[in-house]
Amino acid sequence: MKIKSNADRAWDVVFVIFCLLVSAMCVIPMLNLLAKSLSGTEFLVRNEVYLLPKGFNFNAYSTVLKDPKYIRAFFWTVFLTIVCTILSLTMTTLCAFPLIFENLKGRKAINIFITITMFFNAGTIPNYLLMQKLHLLSNPLVLIIPGVMSVYNMIIMRSFFYGIPDSLRESAEIDGATFFKILVLIYLPLSKPVMATLALFYAVGRWNGYSDALMYMRDDRFYTLQLLLYNIINNINQVEVATQEGFSSPGLSASLKAAIVMFSTVPILCIYPFLQKYFIHGVTLGAVKE
Amino acid sequence: MANNSGKKSKVKFGVYMKKYWQLYAMLFLPLTYLLIFKYAPMIYVQIAFKKYSLVKSVWELPLAGNHGFEYFIAAFKNNDFKYALRNTLTLNLLDLFFGFPAPIIFALILNELCFVKFKKVVQTIAYMPHFLSWVIIYSLALQLLAPNDGLVNMIIKNFGGEAIPFLNDATHWIGSYIGFGIWQNFGWGSIIYLAAIAGINPELYEAAAVDGAGRFRKIWHITLPGIKPTIVVLLIMSLGNILGGGFDRPFAFQNNLVMRVADVIATFVYRVGIKGLQFSLTTAVGLFQSVVGVFFLLMANFISRRLGERGIW
Repeated sequence: MKIKSNADRAWDVVFVIFCLLVSAMCVIPMLNLLAKSLSGTEFLVRNEVYLLPKGFNFNAYSTVLKDPKYIRAFFWTVFLTIVCTILSLTMTTLCAFPLIFENLKGRKAINIFITITMFFNAGTIPNYLLMQKLHLLSNPLVLIIPGVMSVYNMIIMRSFFYGIPDSLRESAEIDGATFFKILVLIYLPLSKPVMATLALFYAVGRWNGYSDALMYMRDDRFYTLQLLLYNIINNINQVEVATQEGFSSPGLSASLKAAIVMFSTVPILCIYPFLQKYFIHGVTLGAVKE
Repeated sequence: MANNSGKKSKVKFGVYMKKYWQLYAMLFLPLTYLLIFKYAPMIYVQIAFKKYSLVKSVWELPLAGNHGFEYFIAAFKNNDFKYALRNTLTLNLLDLFFGFPAPIIFALILNELCFVKFKKVVQTIAYMPHFLSWVIIYSLALQLLAPNDGLVNMIIKNFGGEAIPFLNDATHWIGSYIGFGIWQNFGWGSIIYLAAIAGINPELYEAAAVDGAGRFRKIWHITLPGIKPTIVVLLIMSLGNILGGGFDRPFAFQNNLVMRVADVIATFVYRVGIKGLQFSLTTAVGLFQSVVGVFFLLMANFISRRLGERGIW
C-alpha cells in the first residue's frame, strides 16, 4: 500500500469538494423547480421559495392533471416515443446488420451512399418543401417517419456488430442458417447493450425534440409535449383550464409552469440512471470509427 | 467462349443472390428511407438559384437574376442575415473556447477520485442535464435567472445587490447561453474521455511513480498524451461544425430583447423562410451554410493529418 503525502491528501479533498459543487449545480435547478411546483401561491408571490417548498400543496399538479390539452399532449408524446423507438431500432438494425458482411456485393457503394448523408444536408427549406410535396405537413406521420433512422446511431450499432466474433455466424452459415435466422437467433440476443443504448437515444430524441413539430405540425391536436411547453413558457397560447383559473394570478402561474415542467421531465429522469452502464458503452462505440 | 463466361458469371450471380438476397431485402427499407428523406430534398436545393413560385414545379422555375446568384447576393446585403452569420460564428467559437475544455477537465478530476461509489453518484448526476430538452433547460434558466423571481436574483437582492438581467441584456444573455451549454454537456462529454483514460496502460503510471512523478506530472505526461487522439478528433469535429449548430438550443433561448446577438442561421432560416415564406433566399442561405460546413470539415481533417494525427476518416 502506497502512503500518500499530505499534499496529495489536500488535493483529494479539493477534488471531492469540486465534484460536490458540480453536482449541486446540476441538482439545485431541479430542486428549485420542485419546490416552486409544491409551494403555496402566497409564498411564491412574495419570492420566499428557495430550495424547499413553503405552504406545501399539490394544487398545481391537480390543475395540470385536469387540463385536457396537457393530458392529450402527454399521452400523444408517450405514444409517439414508444412507436418511434421501436420503428427506429428496427430500421437501424436492418441497415447495420447486412453491412458487416464483407463479401456483400456493392457494400462499398452502399457505405458511401450512407456516409454522404452525414456530411451534406439539403437544409431546412428543401426538407420543408419535400414534406409539403409528400402531403406530410400537419400529418401525424411527419413526427415519426422523417427522423426514423439516424445514420450516426446506425454506425454505433454496426461497430457493436463488428465486435461479435465472426466465427459465431460462420458456423451458423455452414449449418445452413439463413441471414434472417442469424440476425434473430445469434446477433439480437447478444445485442442487448447496444439496443438499450440506442433505444434510450431515440426515445430521448423524440421526447425532447420540438423543432419538427414546430415546423411541420399546424394541427394543435398533435403538438408534442415539448412544443406545448415552449408555447406555455413563452405565453403563446395557454392551457385551457390554466387560463380560466390560473395564469391570471402570478403566483399560481409560477407553480403551474413548474408543475408542467416537472411532469415533462420526470419520465426520462426516471429511466436514464438504470441504463447508465449501457449508454456509456454506446457513446464509446460511436467514437470508434473504422 | 465469351458467351460461355457470360453464362458462367450469370449462374454465379444466381447462386450468390440465392444466398444473399435476404441481406438486400433488409437494406431495402433503410436505403429507400435515406433516398427519400436525405437525397430527394436535394432536388429543392436548386430553388436557391431560381425564382420560387408556388404554382410551378421546381424544374420549370425561371433562373434568378445575376446568373442565378441573385439570392446569394441578396443574403449578403441582408442585415439580419449578417447578424445571424456573425452570431453563429461567435456563439460557436465561444462554445468551443469555454465548452470544449469543460468535459476534459471534469474527466481528469473524476479520474483522480479514489472513492468509487462517490464517483459513480457524481457521474450519474452530471449526466442528468444531457437528458433535458432545451425547452426545459430554458424554463430552468428562467426559474433561476428571471429578474424578479429567479433564484439567483432573489439571493443577490437579499444581499442588497441589484438584480442582473441575465436573459434580457445582450452581453449577459450570451454568458447565460454559453453557461447553460456547458451545464448541459460537461458530464455527457466526459464519458468519451473517461473511456480513453481507462484505455491507458496502467504500467505507465507505475513506471512514472517509481521515477518519483507526482499526481500532476502523471496527468501532464501520461493521461493527457493518452487522450490526445480523442481530443484532436473531437476538436476537428467541433471546428468542422463552426458554421453549423442546431436549432433547438438558440430557438428556445431567444427572446425579442436579445435577437441582435441571439439570432443564428438556423433560426433565421426558420423565421424568414418557413414563417416569412422567402424560400429562395433562405435555401440559398442554407446551401451556403452546408457548403462552407463541408469545406471547414475537410480543412480541419487535412490540418490534423498534416500535424500527424489521425483524421476522422
